[in-house]
Amino acid sequence: MYRMRLPPWLVLLMPAFVILLAVVAIPLVLSLYSSFTAFQLTRPETITRWIGTFNYEKAIGDANFWAAFGRTVLLLTVALNLEMLLGLGLALMVAKVTHGQRLLRTIMMFPMMFSPILVGFQFKFIFNDNVGLLNNALQSLGLTDVAIPWLVDGNLAFIAIVTAEVWTSTSVFAILILAGLFAIPQDPVEAARVDGCTPWQTFRYVTLPFLMPFIYIAMAIRSLDVARAYDIVQVMTAGGPARRTELLWTLIGRTGYVDARMGYANAMGYIAILLSIAFTVHFFRKLSSARTSLGMGD
Amino acid sequence: MAQVVLQDVVKNYGALPVVHAINLDIAHGEFVVLVGPSGCGKSTTLRMIAGLEEISGGRVRIGDRVVNDLPPRDRNISMVFQNYALYPHMTVRENLGFSLYIAKRPKAEIERAVDQAAEILSLTPLLDRKPGQLSGGQRQRVAMGRAIVRHPDVFLFDEPLSNLDAKLRTQMRVEIKRLHQKVGTTIIYVTHDQIEAMTLADRIVIMRDGHIVQIGTPLEVFERPVNAFVATFIGSPPMNLLPATVRSGGLRLADGTVIPLPPGLTAREGQAVQFGVRADNIMPEGHSMPPTAHMALVEMPVTLTEPLGTETLLFATLAGTEVQAKMLNPRPVRTGEVLRFGIALDKCHLFDADTGASLRV
Ligand SMILES: Nc1ncnc2c1ncn2[C@@H]1O[C@H](COP(=O)(O)OP(=O)(O)OP(=O)(O)O)[C@@H](O)[C@H]1O
Ligand SMILES: [Mg+2]
Repeated sequence: MYRMRLPPWLVLLMPAFVILLAVVAIPLVLSLYSSFTAFQLTRPETITRWIGTFNYEKAIGDANFWAAFGRTVLLLTVALNLEMLLGLGLALMVAKVTHGQRLLRTIMMFPMMFSPILVGFQFKFIFNDNVGLLNNALQSLGLTDVAIPWLVDGNLAFIAIVTAEVWTSTSVFAILILAGLFAIPQDPVEAARVDGCTPWQTFRYVTLPFLMPFIYIAMAIRSLDVARAYDIVQVMTAGGPARRTELLWTLIGRTGYVDARMGYANAMGYIAILLSIAFTVHFFRKLSSARTSLGMGD
Repeated sequence: MAQVVLQDVVKNYGALPVVHAINLDIAHGEFVVLVGPSGCGKSTTLRMIAGLEEISGGRVRIGDRVVNDLPPRDRNISMVFQNYALYPHMTVRENLGFSLYIAKRPKAEIERAVDQAAEILSLTPLLDRKPGQLSGGQRQRVAMGRAIVRHPDVFLFDEPLSNLDAKLRTQMRVEIKRLHQKVGTTIIYVTHDQIEAMTLADRIVIMRDGHIVQIGTPLEVFERPVNAFVATFIGSPPMNLLPATVRSGGLRLADGTVIPLPPGLTAREGQAVQFGVRADNIMPEGHSMPPTAHMALVEMPVTLTEPLGTETLLFATLAGTEVQAKMLNPRPVRTGEVLRFGIALDKCHLFDADTGASLRV
């Protein structure tokens, strides 16, 4: 009887191939393919209805899509910058502490220990216009006597979402920047002091350049995070009211699973992923140029 | 005028004292070298003068100001660090000009000062490189250049040459000395290399365990060491020390050999001492300096030879102790060969065996 003999290396690699195929390649190809069809989740047979680039053209012509796109970029910009500044401040303060620093570092990471869904619910409660903590506090302090519609007004809701994002993720920056602070060689810092720098100048001209690679790593990580932001927003406002806080992925999620238009959702998803890739590429470029300028290899 | 004065300066790390109430007067324009074994507190002392280390006690004056509570930027000092401490993200030009830039000097002036410093230190072709693209010696020169652009009152050097190879070190040593002659600024220089100390210093400050042991010109500390520690620390090869006892006007070595008491020394009868003689003052007959009035002769077997060209270093055994001697106009010597050596007694030293203090009057 004839038996096919595969070379041993192929046999050994086979499980890896199969797994990669199953979890990466097939979903990728399938979703890419379906973005060129009129696939609807409720009518599986539609997956064979090829409509070319129609979904993409539709997305590009869709004002709602671009509004969500723009809002995502805005959230990314605002949240990342705020987190960077706050994280930097936090790290600088924690680095100065001599006693109980370990404890502080642990406490600093607390926000990261909660599920974003729960954080969403918590901030939904805090910003609730009737029973919310914030309005109650403002009213008790006599700062206002109206119920501020935090999660209803588009701008206020954006602020509320940014607050929740910043609260959960500032520690990512703080931890990475703290690691950077510990890694800074003391010699150049002392040289700067002798060269006449005030503490601020020492920070500005010596410490900060050393921290930049760490900041860019945090930026790269967090830009991916925020570009796919879904959970906190979904819980707090579900993109509403009336799309006022719609982000890319709340829009895509709704289109795919609620409206069941999976082909269209996949097309938007691919455009959204381009955004993530663009940010990642941008920050990695920045990272490598910051490292090069420090003479840390290329 | 920038003299530097240390008055009872103390440094404690927690409860641990590392510098014990040292006193030091450095004149304007003087080149002072702090030297001593590793961990003796040289860097700590220098860093207290720089303002990088808090002063636990006493006073430091630079010029006519007490600087104890002034930050480094208000002391008008420059410092060259052992590891250069260049700013890795700045070019050589930016490194050199940084202090002037911080001081908000006009652009043209900065450029002129940088070009001038680069010229002095032959850095001109390297001005647009980053420190990462320089060799150790070049980085060293940038560190020096950074220090000289701003015409400080005092230069502080912390072992600036210790990371260089021997040849470059010799070369840079000359450069530093030349620089001092040119600018005439007060220099405080830390090293644990006694040759650097001897060649560079106007005055040497020898430290040990946080104390100053002796202050003097290179020749003073070489010729009149206050104790056995200085005697063995300064000079190369280190001074030979032989345990001896004072007996009826002579020195009895461990094996009973008696050597006449060197002149100018005071020792009690029966006192346990260490007899100190440098290799330059113990030489085989026929290969030595012209004999002096006070000579002692000993016979020693040679155990090892180190030919150095114009002279040969001989390792021999005297009274059970290894002794290094010099042979001028050398001839080949077999190991085991017994030679007669002349000891120039008037150049010898005597130290108390317990305290190590010199017994010279
Ligand atoms: N931050 C510190 N905490 C505690 N002890 C310290 C600290 N820094 C230095 N010391 C101690 O102070 C002493 C003097 O240190 P210093 O650096 O001045 O020595 P040094 O003479 O410069 O030695 P080297 O030639 O090795 O540089 C050493 O015993 C060292 O262990
Ligand atoms: Mg040192």
